Amino acid sequence: MGAIEEANAKAVDILLAAKPVLRGIGVAGDEIPGMTKQKILHAGPPVTWDRMCGPMRGAVIGALIYEAMAGSREEAEELAASGQITYEPCHHSQAVGPMAGVVSASMPVWILENETYKNRAYCTLNEGLGKVLRYGALGDEVIDRLRWMERTLAPTLARALDAHGDVDLRSMIAQALEMGDEGHNRNRAGTSLLIRTLAPSIVSSAESRSAASEVLAFLTSNDHFFLNLSMPAAKCSLDPAADVPGSTLVSAMSRNGTDFGIRVSGLGSRWFTAPAPKVDGLYFPGFGGEDANPDIGDSVICETAGFGGFAMASAPAIVQFVGGTVDFALNSTREMYEITLAEHAFYRMPILDFRGTPTGIDLRRVVETQIPPVVNTGIAHREPGIGQVGAGLVKPPMKCFEDALRAFAEERSS
Amino acid sequence: MDKMLELFGRDLSVINLGLEGFGDALTAQGVDVVQMDWRPPAGGRPELIELLDQLEEA
Repeated sequence: MGAIEEANAKAVDILLAAKPVLRGIGVAGDEIPGMTKQKILHAGPPVTWDRMCGPMRGAVIGALIYEAMAGSREEAEELAASGQITYEPCHHSQAVGPMAGVVSASMPVWILENETYKNRAYCTLNEGLGKVLRYGALGDEVIDRLRWMERTLAPTLARALDAHGDVDLRSMIAQALEMGDEGHNRNRAGTSLLIRTLAPSIVSSAESRSAASEVLAFLTSNDHFFLNLSMPAAKCSLDPAADVPGSTLVSAMSRNGTDFGIRVSGLGSRWFTAPAPKVDGLYFPGFGGEDANPDIGDSVICETAGFGGFAMASAPAIVQFVGGTVDFALNSTREMYEITLAEHAFYRMPILDFRGTPTGIDLRRVVETQIPPVVNTGIAHREPGIGQVGAGLVKPPMKCFEDALRAFAEERSS
Repeated sequence: MDKMLELFGRDLSVINLGLEGFGDALTAQGVDVVQMDWRPPAGGRPELIELLDQLEEA
């Protein structure tokens, strides 16, 4: 076995051995290492305010209003551009965020731990679809919901988790994939399993009957609630495999709405970026391609960890949300075996005779085959303040992979 | 050589790699052709092929 094969076997074994569990809920400012009131975390590779896309700017403005650091949209924009706010990728702080991925200090966050390697990952709680902060919407409706999530949803779920104990997310994702989810853009089964698991503890531990009722109604109305658990589950599964010398395993893929970026295990924390592509998808009534922002969000961590688009065969119904046909969903998963190092030991797909999902993207195979990883995603409006306008499929730019391959070869020869 | 000639004396089953036009020409003559899904590595770009070869040897 060559040196790269050995390093890849080690890296993918670490990934496959991961056991993500949900430990609890905390506040971003208390839990996320290095988080401060003046810092805002965002999706994707690093980006400055002047290069941020519309929906990310909208989410930053909304977060500053939510934090009471600005009284109006205009004040928030001024503060955002003043240099007083530090912007950092979620990925640099053991966190991930869907779409704009904006995290500010007061926001409640899920606390996950990879039980095998004891590393943690964090993610905000999912707000639902449509006019929500992560898609760049920032009206009163959005801010009021965020405050309700901080004051009612998070404390109620935190008490329920204390009463229930840890939740095994590896097992829950495995079950969800067998029930028609792919864990990225279809999370109906995962959300239902979470509700079924926590409902008795929510009812028995809630501060009031109305709090329990409001929380259960919110969870039941939001099929994507589980996304903000499947993402950090993927993140804490991949992080221990993210720095294996000599490995060509892709350890992160992410986008900030301006750039698409990847990281490679053997190249550590370097980002390789290219302009974020347009998403090919289906639009909500009244919207079309001209309204769409380029690809955005950390949620492609799901595909990096071996589910999401890579497990689309297990979620044929998703084609009604993202476009395509059932055959396309099956073939997309089959094609991903061409660019991956292993089949997942726990995430299996009944329709493919319980074959494990294609897991662990090999940089070399992507460049050699010119097959880009398949990614399911949502589509944000390109202007700040509007929100989600559709969902679809996106092909990561090959430039990221080709530049990373050049850097990898250069590092080995030096 | 004899074996080659013998080949043309009986029904052919052909696997075609690369340009589909070669396979199409045989199909038009009633030959059974399977088109293999094959593309040159790295889109045929020599610089990337060389890098991949180097890493293969490593």
